[in-house]
Amino acid sequence: MEIKGRIISKGVANGRVLISKQPLSFYGGVNPENGVVVEKGHELKGRSIKGKVLVFPHGKGSTVGSYTLYRLRKNRAAPKAIINEECEPVVAVGAIISEIPLIDKLEKNPFRFLRNGDLIKVDAVKGFVKKK
Amino acid sequence: MYLTREEEAIFDGEFGRAAQKSMEIIVALGEIYDADRLIEVKSAQIAGVSYHNIGDAGLEFLEVLAKDGKARVLATTNPAGMDLKNWRKQDIEDSFARKQLRIMNAFKKMRITTSCTCTPYIAGNLPKFREHVAWSESSAVAYANSVIGARTNREGGPSALASALTGKTANYGLHLQENRNAEVAVNVKMQLRGTSDFGALGWCIGMEIKNRIPYITGIKSASMEELKSLSASIATYGGTAMFHIDGITPERTDRPGERVAINRGNIADAYEGLNDDAAPDFISIGCPHCSLNELRKVSELLKGRKVSTELWVTTSREVKKLSDRIGYTKIIEKAGGRIACDTCVAVAPLKGRFRCMATDSAKNCYYTKGSNGFKTRFGELKTCIDAAVSGEWR
Repeated sequence: MEIKGRIISKGVANGRVLISKQPLSFYGGVNPENGVVVEKGHELKGRSIKGKVLVFPHGKGSTVGSYTLYRLRKNRAAPKAIINEECEPVVAVGAIISEIPLIDKLEKNPFRFLRNGDLIKVDAVKGFVKKK
Repeated sequence: MYLTREEEAIFDGEFGRAAQKSMEIIVALGEIYDADRLIEVKSAQIAGVSYHNIGDAGLEFLEVLAKDGKARVLATTNPAGMDLKNWRKQDIEDSFARKQLRIMNAFKKMRITTSCTCTPYIAGNLPKFREHVAWSESSAVAYANSVIGARTNREGGPSALASALTGKTANYGLHLQENRNAEVAVNVKMQLRGTSDFGALGWCIGMEIKNRIPYITGIKSASMEELKSLSASIATYGGTAMFHIDGITPERTDRPGERVAINRGNIADAYEGLNDDAAPDFISIGCPHCSLNELRKVSELLKGRKVSTELWVTTSREVKKLSDRIGYTKIIEKAGGRIACDTCVAVAPLKGRFRCMATDSAKNCYYTKGSNGFKTRFGELKTCIDAAVSGEWR
């Protein structure tokens, strides 16, 4: 079933879901060399976002976070795609300059219908996500 | 959101990769904030210039954009991580300087004016009343919206750059009249004097009302430098992008129902909150960058004296040229102080070089604690210069 959403950053990717119910700060919160979350007390601390379809409510923190996403991409440690509940500018700009597909405002709550490890397709050209 | 035929063409890549990426950024922000269309901007002020802040990722991004990106409107930059001429005198490492100069070259290639100042409005980029601009640098954003009455959102570095390369921004937030009204009335119940008092006021208001727009009453007069200091501190401590001051700022606003008062005790709290118990070994004046008038004051305070601590006076290259001509520079340097252009202490790699910084800028205290880990002393300009001479804080 295709679930429609709003396209923030164009592109198509397939990958396994990694969910964070907490907001995420890329600047200072994620190691740009390997994609491991380093923020103290974060539910994903110690886990890598590399190659995942990263699902989180929205970004937080410094605007330099846009460049951290870019650096992750250069280091081949970026997520394959991002699904946000509601995207904010830092992550939006980061995803666009790094060419990471990003979709938000899905018609269904992603935290309900997605589980960690689900294989999904994010189509941020037509504007939907689909479980495989 | 509506796009004109030309905007569509940029979005589809007909004007090159850099313009296309930029348009994608602007359109995405427009979608996020429900803008109806794009509008033209007259200028851009671009933050994210210091290598200390943006690192290799930022450098690479700028070099990729510089392959075919060209500014379509007047675009100026924030301070870099070093004085671009005299970085060797600042003990900047070669490896840092090389990267910083590559960043500057990328900007130049994009026809962006590397003004390297946080005070564009006194260094060649002065918007007029009601003009739309796309500025980052939170102190300049607050100054432009409030003191000048120009219109800008608080842009990030990449989004301001995107506006420079397209000449556009999305029509939302502070570009719309209905979002520029005051939300809280703030009555100041004491007479304020000097840049540090106005910085303390920004601290108080920011802490109290966060990023809402204040309507400030009770201020009889304020100099350009005092308003610059207030702009910097209110944006730092509250995230505010705009304020109104009764009888001083140019825009009309409705008087809000919600009221708060700032009294002598609140201002004293600000001074206490920004003062650590330590003797300063580093004095920093010029956050935001000094005006010519501030350089005059510093030179008058230093005339015939010798400093015993490190003293940095930061300003724009433009203002420094006039200071050289008039002779303020010579007086300050003769006393052992140094004037640094193109940079500021918040974005220069100074960690570990000093223990405690004294300044007349409330904003400077915040960033210096965070980025360089120094203790801070906060007081009026004269107190800071006296401390530079005596090495003691009184």
